[in-house]
Amino acid sequence: MGMTIIEKILAKASGRERTQPGDVVVVKVETVVLYDGNFFPAYWREIKHVANPDSVVVAFDHRVPAPDQFCARAHGVGRAFVEKFGIKRFHDVGYDQGIAHVICAERAYALPGTVLICSDSHAGSAGALNCAARGTGGPDVIYALTKGTTWYRVCETIRYELVGKLRHGVTPKDLFLHISGTYGTHADYNVEFGGPALADLSIDERRTLSTMGTELNAEFTVFEADAVLDRYVKARTDRPYETFNPDPDARYAERRVLDLSKIEPLVAKPDRVINNSAAISEVAGQRIDQAFIGSCANGNLYDLAIAAEVVDGRRVAPGVRFLVTPGSQEVYRQALKAGYVEKLTAAGAVVTSATCGACQGGHMGVIGPKEVCITASTRNFKGRMGDPSASVYMASPATVAASALTGKITHPGQFLKMEGAR
Amino acid sequence: MISGKVWMFGDDINTDLMLPTAHMYSPKEIQAQHVFEANRPGWVKLVGKGDFVFGGKNFGTGSSRPAPLAMTTLGIGCVVAETFNPLFFRNCVSFGLQALECPGVTAAFQEGDIAEISLAEAKVRNTRTGQTLPGVAIPEALLSLMAGGGIFPLLESEGLIGPAPAEAAGAAQGG
Repeated sequence: MGMTIIEKILAKASGRERTQPGDVVVVKVETVVLYDGNFFPAYWREIKHVANPDSVVVAFDHRVPAPDQFCARAHGVGRAFVEKFGIKRFHDVGYDQGIAHVICAERAYALPGTVLICSDSHAGSAGALNCAARGTGGPDVIYALTKGTTWYRVCETIRYELVGKLRHGVTPKDLFLHISGTYGTHADYNVEFGGPALADLSIDERRTLSTMGTELNAEFTVFEADAVLDRYVKARTDRPYETFNPDPDARYAERRVLDLSKIEPLVAKPDRVINNSAAISEVAGQRIDQAFIGSCANGNLYDLAIAAEVVDGRRVAPGVRFLVTPGSQEVYRQALKAGYVEKLTAAGAVVTSATCGACQGGHMGVIGPKEVCITASTRNFKGRMGDPSASVYMASPATVAASALTGKITHPGQFLKMEGAR
Repeated sequence: MISGKVWMFGDDINTDLMLPTAHMYSPKEIQAQHVFEANRPGWVKLVGKGDFVFGGKNFGTGSSRPAPLAMTTLGIGCVVAETFNPLFFRNCVSFGLQALECPGVTAAFQEGDIAEISLAEAKVRNTRTGQTLPGVAIPEALLSLMAGGGIFPLLESEGLIGPAPAEAAGAAQGG
């Protein structure tokens, strides 16, 4: 019997010939990623030993620059840890800063064929690089930091075969909302993406899907390796790596074929991601107070590009706050160079520095009582972005930008040339 | 065997509800005072030490925040659910919150019932009805980690990390 991608990566990392669903494996961790959230007093301990300082990445992202004294103290604890153990891959406020998951892709820290651990729930983002990662807890990361290993249960895998091509103005976020709305929860299953459509999906676009695997309740989410991945990784690192693709006779719990050309823009209604997607026509006209584009899922250059295209030469509706947060300072610089920041700010958007920010309701755009927000980020949970009485709709960056212009939930086709738009 | 009063919660209870973002970086004593405040305001004043939280399907979906730590600090003796979100269950092991998956609990229990739970034998009994439900057995290694208070006490005993900082028990500064 053949193996899926995750079964192969976990087999290699655990020094076994093979793994199969049901196995609990202890694996070697190639990359340990810490973010500012790890350094708060309720979670952090004095570290007396680090198994391999060169395996460590520290990236400040959730609350940067420090919005209050409590966060500033935690950042100080993080900097002291970096100093004590001589951590080289440190991404503090400034040129190199960004959301940890974005940084791990940009720098190819998420090395194909290896295991990466990070206690943020969206760590599965690294799956776009054929790297095994999933959300864990803070103590798991400290265990891996001090001992160099962690444990995983091997689960069955659901395979998505992607064919066709997304139409202009339809983004991987819409594809995700199609999956979450059609198939619901993927709890206790890994998710594997492959198929001919991958040739047209950039690593950033794949990362939107791998990041959102968390919101399907999936275990590991991982993409097949291909030439697009090889080009991306080799442009960023000289480190050797081995990619893994599934065997032809790999065993899947289910195989599902998705035709990307048939995907339409969708919106998740408030409070829940799973089984909660609607056609835009169903919620169109809903008034909004805030529109947000950002996060590890949607703070990519391509997200900013489509938003800039939608708002180009137009103005944000009066009474609407439109916030755009690049996923990293590198994305920010690229967006500046490409003219996206100019188009967005000319339209009235506020473009912030890179942070998890409004996605997590931590700072830089927290919403108030009974307000309505439409977001291209990771979650629409009750209270996620601010007051629990607020409503959060989740959609693609194109739909969010279109809604910012009209002040109500709006199909992006109104502002974009979309072939065959309904 | 532990026994305690049961509080019932539904399906898809997420970790933003268990530990609201506004308090997730506060000391754990402050975190504990805000558990479920969006969906059950005032509940933390009603719940007693050693009480049990019973949930439905996919209990603990969402972020990796240390919701189990807030719950152990509040004094919750055990969480039982139809199914756990795997990341939440992992955090229960890591933070030492007793947790058992047990299909059928939603139908078999009402709020206020007294439950008797054995994690080692993976079973839950309703003292009102006398019904005993089999739970999902937890591998021995994970059970002992969970029972021993999780990862921090283990690493501390091996000299790899220091004790909890005094600041963790100090006053809140927001977050």
